[in-house]
Amino acid sequence: MTGMAVEPSASSEPLPRAKTDWLPLLLVPALALLALPLVGSGSTWVTLTVAGLAMGMMIFLMASGLTLVFGLMDIINFGHGVFISLGAYASLLVLGPLAAWAQAESVWLNLALLLLCILAAMGVTGIVGTVFERVIVRPVYGSHLKQILVTMGGLIVAEQAIHAIWGASPIPIPLPATLRGAFIIGDVVMERYRLVAVGIGLLVFVGMQLLLNRTRIGLLIRAGVENPEMVEALGYRIRRLFVSVFVAGSALAGLGGVMWAFYRQTLTAGMGMEVMVLVFIVIIIGGLGSVGGCFVGSMLVALVANYVGFIEPKLALISNILVMALVLIWRPQGLFPVARR
Amino acid sequence: MTRSPVFPLAVDGGRTGGSILAGLLSSDLPRSKVLTAILLAILLGLAATPFLFSGSQPLSTAAKICVFIVLVASYDLLLGYTGIVSFAHTMFFGIGGYGIAIALERLGATWFSVAIGLVAALLLSALLAIAIGLLSLRVRAIFFSMITLAVASAMAVLASQLSTITGGEDGLSFQLPVELRPAFRLLPEPVLGVSINGRLIAYYLLFFVALLTFLLLLRIVNSPFGRVLQAIRENEFRAEALGYRVVAYRTMASVVSALAATVAGALMALWLRYNGPDTTLSFSIMIDILLMVVIGGMGTMYGSVIGAMLFVLAQSYLQVLMSAGSTALAGVPVLPSLIHPDRWLLWLGALFVISVYAFPGGIVGRLRQATQ
Amino acid sequence: MAEPLLQLSGVHTHIGPYHILHGVDLAAPAGQLTMLLGRNGAGKTTTLRTIMGLWRASSGTIRFDGRDIAKDGTPDIARTGIGYVPEAMGIFAALTVRENIVLAARNGPVDSARLDWMFGLFPSLKRFWNLPAGDLSGGQKQMLAIARAIAEPRRLLLIDEPTKGLAPVMVRSMIEAFRALKAAGETILLVEQNFYAASALGDNVIVMDDGRVVHSGLMSELVADKNLQRRLLGLSLDAHQ
Repeated sequence: MTGMAVEPSASSEPLPRAKTDWLPLLLVPALALLALPLVGSGSTWVTLTVAGLAMGMMIFLMASGLTLVFGLMDIINFGHGVFISLGAYASLLVLGPLAAWAQAESVWLNLALLLLCILAAMGVTGIVGTVFERVIVRPVYGSHLKQILVTMGGLIVAEQAIHAIWGASPIPIPLPATLRGAFIIGDVVMERYRLVAVGIGLLVFVGMQLLLNRTRIGLLIRAGVENPEMVEALGYRIRRLFVSVFVAGSALAGLGGVMWAFYRQTLTAGMGMEVMVLVFIVIIIGGLGSVGGCFVGSMLVALVANYVGFIEPKLALISNILVMALVLIWRPQGLFPVARR
Repeated sequence: MTRSPVFPLAVDGGRTGGSILAGLLSSDLPRSKVLTAILLAILLGLAATPFLFSGSQPLSTAAKICVFIVLVASYDLLLGYTGIVSFAHTMFFGIGGYGIAIALERLGATWFSVAIGLVAALLLSALLAIAIGLLSLRVRAIFFSMITLAVASAMAVLASQLSTITGGEDGLSFQLPVELRPAFRLLPEPVLGVSINGRLIAYYLLFFVALLTFLLLLRIVNSPFGRVLQAIRENEFRAEALGYRVVAYRTMASVVSALAATVAGALMALWLRYNGPDTTLSFSIMIDILLMVVIGGMGTMYGSVIGAMLFVLAQSYLQVLMSAGSTALAGVPVLPSLIHPDRWLLWLGALFVISVYAFPGGIVGRLRQATQ
Repeated sequence: MAEPLLQLSGVHTHIGPYHILHGVDLAAPAGQLTMLLGRNGAGKTTTLRTIMGLWRASSGTIRFDGRDIAKDGTPDIARTGIGYVPEAMGIFAALTVRENIVLAARNGPVDSARLDWMFGLFPSLKRFWNLPAGDLSGGQKQMLAIARAIAEPRRLLLIDEPTKGLAPVMVRSMIEAFRALKAAGETILLVEQNFYAASALGDNVIVMDDGRVVHSGLMSELVADKNLQRRLLGLSLDAHQ
């Protein structure tokens, strides 16, 4: 997209300035700083912050696809959780034959195994996502009520299918050898796997930002979130775009599912639906349809959960609801409301 | 709003004018011979269960059906008549259950405790329903669904955390008032071979409260208020333009629905003499309610009767059937695992999806169509 | 006479339960500017949306360059070379001016000659090139919307009320821009409420009422015939001067 570099010429008219909404972005560091005196110990604070960020990244992975699909096509997929579970189970396809790689005391072999698990998960959830979109979602465009019901039905069926294929009892999945345990620097304890999760989460976030802001597909997605009809009137087949985003969103949920599964070290068919509560809170906080908002929301929710869990454990489990209520009172449409039509 | 414009129901047939039956059913008759026959059979069956079947299993199944009819009907008021999807219905169900359980456990096994527990539960439910409604119904219906899901899960977590009050994961077992205990005898002699004991009284208490609540809900959906709800469901903007305060009506609907669910929860706890997270609060019950209301028929009220009946029977007896089928098909690949008794929910789920697409009116809708 | 570039015959459109267009017949000849007039609710916007395939014609034909496009999807209709400026402008507010134009040029980068031509028509676009389109003023957004429609060579432009809500000075520069587009040989179907603007630009005129075409002819004839104006347009003639 080059060849169009045109310098604005000087003129007497005042140039309007681009408004960036900084306030929500400042919320995350502000929260972290605020928590420091409350937590008391610096090293504990670092541990909690890393844990929170890791959890936030995983929630972001699972939520980002959902919010994009909603923004682009006004579809809310209550069955999104199934892709999380499915992705997690799909890693068994890799872990079975390559069990030796998990035992090996080699960081590279372990990371390669994780990568293969992720690829398998994204592949499986991508394929199932294609089918899900065609069979479950496509017939109910335009009706939110039917969407919620039908995707919920899809969730029931798919969870049962997971039971039928892999059995109903929880399956343990241990972390690869070198990803267990923690780095200890001074009295700061950082679990290795959490750092890996932060790394992968950041990678995906940066990748998505580049895709959305630097490519034509990204432009189309951003334009489509705002006004799908106009995108069509410009000659783009938005259906195809939507299917790809739906499939990509499902694959991302699968990726998140793998990360989440290794974090819990257990597989259950209901794990996706359990975490969906957090996912919904995050996309509501972020503003339905906003990827940036989804990222900020994920970090916010996860950090608050970790800090509060340390400071006042009894409150931790409902801290999400409190964060959501506060954000909605401040901005009823979420942190970054998406302009629509 | 002194006079409400009348929004006629889609089909307003079956007005038999003045008859007691029509009055009881708020002139909203089944409108299908088959449906009428099924409903009558269910009513008589439930009324006579203690005399038709022996043993405690059939009576418990019947009691569960009664409770779920109320629970599902109250959900239908929200989903079918108002057009909003709440995932917090089990929360209100749970509040009813915990209200009874906590009151009876703390204040002793008296009728006074039952009353206190129920009233407190109803108050709490109403407050919560208003708070959720006002916070989320003004934005978009879809917010409501997601927020109710979040709030309900927070409530479930809260109930299992506050173990000093709720008994945590173990729940609460408690004693019923003397008259409802199995050892209580109302009559010294058995009637038709069945002894009239506290268990029987408890069943009939449940049966009649359920029946009354159901008829009350039927009345509400057929009142001017119910018609406004349907008008909002059909066209929110037009209703708003006609001067109806959509948020207020929706909030009212969710309060009414929450109250009825609370009653259902109280009945459930009274019957089980126990309440815990798994019996009233769990998300799987929420899924069950959805299945029942959609398969039975959204927006019909009678659908809740059919749906609850079918579902509870399937839950109790379909597995036996499938187990037989699975054994018969042993050796065939894949198939046995698909009709394994534990997979009954898979098939109900599929039926659910098909219902949403093909029969939005569920079984009741189909039966009525066949009549026309 | 050769077939007009665009020809609607007996087009009916239903939106939900409402019957909006009752058999519209109209034509837009190539290389000319055709004005579509009529009071609010006459069906002008619905006509443009039906041509674009954004509403479906329930019956009738829409021939574009000799082919019926009534059943085609919106993207395919756009790809036959129709540029569309909706009434609400359809600007992507979160995208920059540049990104809006980049998207509009579906077949690749806009060449610099065309870009210069567009900047000549709408100079402010050049100044605000890298700003979010949402920060533009109403008139600037309208200019961007039209620039987007001409970012690539098109065979027909459908433009819905470009002067709506604009300040008089903006209306004048908009009229200038359309003159230039006409001079460049574009075929345009323009919906307009402002008879002053319409009479200054139109080659042909079509007047709609109640979902039907009630008059079509040359603009010059309508301008000359005060009685016809009053009958067709009623008070709108004076109200918009």
